[in-house]
Amino acid sequence: MTELIHILINGHAVTVKPGTSIAAAVLNAGTTAFRKSVSHVPRGPVCGMGVCFECRVKIDGIEHQRSCMVLCSEGMVIETDV
Amino acid sequence: MEVGTYDAIVVGGGIVGCACAYYLSEVFESVLLIEPGPIGGGSTAAGMGHVVVMDDSPAQFALTHDSQKLWKGLFSQMSDACEVRETGTLWVAADEEEFSHVEGKRRFYEQHGVHAEVLDSQQVAEAEPNLRPGLPGGLRIPGDCVIYPVTAAGWLLEQAKRRGTVVRQGKPAVKVTGGSVMLSDGSRYTSAVVVNAAGGHASELTPGLQIEPRKGHLVITDRYPWFVHHQLVELGYLKSAHEMSSESVAFNVQPRATGQVLIGSSRQFVGWDGAIDHRIVAKMIARAAVYMPKIAELSAIRIWTGFRATTPNKLPIIGSMPEDPRMMIAAGHEGLGITTSLATGKLIADLASGITPRIDPSPFAPGAAYHHD
Repeated sequence: MTELIHILINGHAVTVKPGTSIAAAVLNAGTTAFRKSVSHVPRGPVCGMGVCFECRVKIDGIEHQRSCMVLCSEGMVIETDV
Repeated sequence: MEVGTYDAIVVGGGIVGCACAYYLSEVFESVLLIEPGPIGGGSTAAGMGHVVVMDDSPAQFALTHDSQKLWKGLFSQMSDACEVRETGTLWVAADEEEFSHVEGKRRFYEQHGVHAEVLDSQQVAEAEPNLRPGLPGGLRIPGDCVIYPVTAAGWLLEQAKRRGTVVRQGKPAVKVTGGSVMLSDGSRYTSAVVVNAAGGHASELTPGLQIEPRKGHLVITDRYPWFVHHQLVELGYLKSAHEMSSESVAFNVQPRATGQVLIGSSRQFVGWDGAIDHRIVAKMIARAAVYMPKIAELSAIRIWTGFRATTPNKLPIIGSMPEDPRMMIAAGHEGLGITTSLATGKLIADLASGITPRIDPSPFAPGAAYHHD
């Protein structure tokens, strides 16, 4: 059995299988508002392949990272809706 | 094809042309503005929108100072889309040598009615925490501000339209004289006053004008609210702007209303080639990182280029052609067109209607450019 990865999404501990994208982990955790647009409207993933930039979140303190393009790794800290 | 007669015709719908229409429509019954593309879609759209008083030369100071006063008189009426932000300018000294000139500059500004403050090393660090630690200080001009040039140009033209200005968009002017303008579709308009406000293209319509395009790059980042608070410019900026022969870059960073950071600036004489030159963009970012190391960690989302309309004496050309007073020029504003658009429009309207101008128009008169160096 493969070992699970432990991450934090908005302060909540979440476990995911290796190979899970951050976008998938965030959606599975029940969050759809990944970020807010300039006019404060909630936004979430559209393309899932790094093109639309709608799924950006804060990963380990670095803002505006495309969550669909980054795989979860042990101990990651994710913040959405920043 | 169309035929018509107006009291005044403005050729060019950039911010300078829109400002000319704004003030001409106050003194004339009928004004026509001609623009082949979108309003404010050329150099106006490419600029930073820094409304700044510059102490470059007495004439430049008079024009920028007068224009900033005119802007401030309009801000309360302007729409939110114009994104007026009273950020102030912080001129940053890189070393003690540059800092030694700051007090003299402060005195000049104060003596001419512009409030200015010298900040020491600690005050600069407090004002802008993302600047490199240990910078010697700087000069803060709290009255400078930032606007969004495209919407500001559109707003000026809307006000002119309310006063009856007619806008003819889509076809370029191909022949411009003191009494008439002909468009590419054969439309012909006659007028007692024609203003060539075609920016970098002005010399194509009025041969003999010495105006050359000077390319610039800007980079805009994702949203990082309060990464930067003032419009930040290195004190060496004028050196960069004055280097006429070669290319140059300078640290020039601006907070946008959206929280984005706008990063400039570059200057190159390469004709009208608008392609992004990644080599000079890299130089520009490296220059910015010398002053603000963390800027290199921000995520950039877009790069664009634009062209400043540059004259040999570094002043815009404003006024009547010597051989034909009905043919007026309002072009060649280099990197200051957003700031100086209003004073230019006011000067044009005053000269065209026989009102004594608020500032001395002689340094800007067409022909003045040829007597310099």
